[in-house]
Amino acid sequence: MYAQKKKIAGVALIGVALAILPFVIGMGFGNAWMRMLDFALLYIMLALGLNIVVGFAGLLDLGYIAFYAVGAYIYALLASPHFGLHWPLWAILPLGALVAGMFGMLLGAPTLRLRGDYLAIVTLGFGEIIRIFLNNLNAPINITNGPKGIAGIDPLAKNIEIFGYALHSLYLIYYLFVALALLIVVVTMRLEKSRLGRAWVAIREDEIAAKACGINTRNVKLLAFAMGASFGGVAGGLFAGFQQFVSPESFGLFESIMVLCMVVLGGMGNIPGVILGAVVLTVLPELFRQWAGPMQMALFGQTYIDPESMRLLLFGIALILVMRFRPMGLLPSSRRKAEFEHAAEEGVTS
Amino acid sequence: MTVLLQADNIAKHFGGIRALKDVSLTINAGEIYGLIGPNGAGKTTFFNVITGLYQRDGGDIVFAGQPLHVESPHEVTQAGIARTFQNIRLFAEMSALENVMVGRHLRSKGSVIGAMLRTPAVRAEEAAIKTKALELLAYVGIAGKAEVRAASLSYGDQRRLEIARALATEPKLLALDEPAAGMNATETAGLRALIEKVRADGTTVLLIEHDVKLIMGLCDRVAVLDYGEKIAEDVPAVVQKDPRVVSAYLGVPYEQ
Ligand SMILES: Nc1ncnc2c1ncn2[C@@H]1O[C@H](COP(=O)(O)OP(=O)(O)O)[C@@H](O)[C@H]1O
Ligand SMILES: [Mg+2]
Repeated sequence: MYAQKKKIAGVALIGVALAILPFVIGMGFGNAWMRMLDFALLYIMLALGLNIVVGFAGLLDLGYIAFYAVGAYIYALLASPHFGLHWPLWAILPLGALVAGMFGMLLGAPTLRLRGDYLAIVTLGFGEIIRIFLNNLNAPINITNGPKGIAGIDPLAKNIEIFGYALHSLYLIYYLFVALALLIVVVTMRLEKSRLGRAWVAIREDEIAAKACGINTRNVKLLAFAMGASFGGVAGGLFAGFQQFVSPESFGLFESIMVLCMVVLGGMGNIPGVILGAVVLTVLPELFRQWAGPMQMALFGQTYIDPESMRLLLFGIALILVMRFRPMGLLPSSRRKAEFEHAAEEGVTS
Repeated sequence: MTVLLQADNIAKHFGGIRALKDVSLTINAGEIYGLIGPNGAGKTTFFNVITGLYQRDGGDIVFAGQPLHVESPHEVTQAGIARTFQNIRLFAEMSALENVMVGRHLRSKGSVIGAMLRTPAVRAEEAAIKTKALELLAYVGIAGKAEVRAASLSYGDQRRLEIARALATEPKLLALDEPAAGMNATETAGLRALIEKVRADGTTVLLIEHDVKLIMGLCDRVAVLDYGEKIAEDVPAVVQKDPRVVSAYLGVPYEQ
């Protein structure tokens, strides 16, 4: 009973915090920060999707961003002047999740026998193939509008006025993103504690033993690819509506690696860890960019390195520091933590 | 007496090595059947062939009256053969309880949609899986270790856990690959009692073992493999006196 009450209180607290957060950030720091907050939520959805594939099932996927691209282009094609279609959000998002999930299975199927580095290389290739397709599907029939991308996409929300107060669309978008991110968190938590979640982890731990336990590893892996991809598809659709512009450039290998970093850095397989990883890696690079200029001015009275390169440099250093001092991630799952401690013990005794 | 598993002329080779040369054997329902032989005789290979881990190069297998489909190991498990591994293969970072719960995968059917919606049916099934897994942990004698990470268990307990996980699939035939390897005398005695209990509860046991004393005391019938060939199959007392078996074990050339 007590635990139940504590849980309800915890959920209520998180709810209130999430409800007032945009006003704290938006009023206190301005709309640029609001945008960043919205982006952090998108990355949480993406990272949780990749976490199913990499963290739970142990399948190293370097082409994950392709499913984000699929979701984004579906939104772009169905809600923009490009084809003159203006479907509503509630119709596009489920469709995007479905199509991205199908792509997940399609690209997963040929890789079922691969593991580790081989799997990583093949998925990397698939990710690039999707991007190249998007780049070139403008002739003979113009589907994607090629490298120019699709502009003028219908916005997710407009600025509105409540009780005489003007409310920027960023706030409404925030609530939409929070709702969907929460949905994805709940779904992930439920999957983790289900028969299929256990099967994913079993495959990660020992595929042969998993087969011997009667798990149809082919189907269960395909399901992991499909689930992960469908989260990516939802996030992609939201991204398109948020930016009101998509082009193949946004879906390169660097983005895939960034999402993978969020999963690994936060604590592979652990939901709160992955969320933290996504937030930290969205906010940090941005902070670095803002600080890099003024900091150099203050120290040397002159800007030696341009803030954009400085951002990547500092980001790299931050990654190295985390991997040096918290190799199992910022918030590892108890399982992974034990794994590392176990490895350390063995290193000492053997 | 009904035949549970009938293997006819099973052949398997790895490149030039003929690991199994037309091995035939018959396991009756309800018995403890021993498979012995020197190192490298092909015992594990035989297990891998009947459980679908390796594709055989020849021969037929009939299990519980049906030709056995061995394209994939999970189909064999579905048909009712469960196994343990010579080099223990647990899900190292999962708890003992979770390991056994994975063993229930095949005998439960919660779908991904059901899991997301957490329907009453899925919740009830999940509770049943957990109850059954706890029962099995108690059955093999490690009830107190449910929350312990599999890799942290003692060697003997890991062997027991592997048996519990195999039993969770509700097999007709439980195949154990050298379960007593590395155990001390007390642990071996405990294991022996457990195997007898499994049989008494209606599961047929196929046992690979190095410990001849254990085999002789426990098994109803024994087959002996040597260089991929079956050189004897009978009750332990007869096999033990077979001159070919003695020579295979002692390395003395056998003369007719
Ligand atoms: N995967 C494999 N690849 C190549 N050779 C193998 C393989 N598995 C087993 N063998 C060979 O088959 C023979 C029988 O091995 P095994 O079945 O493990 O023997 P046992 O279990 O009786 O000790 C050995 O010569 C072994 O080297
Ligand atoms: Mg062996």
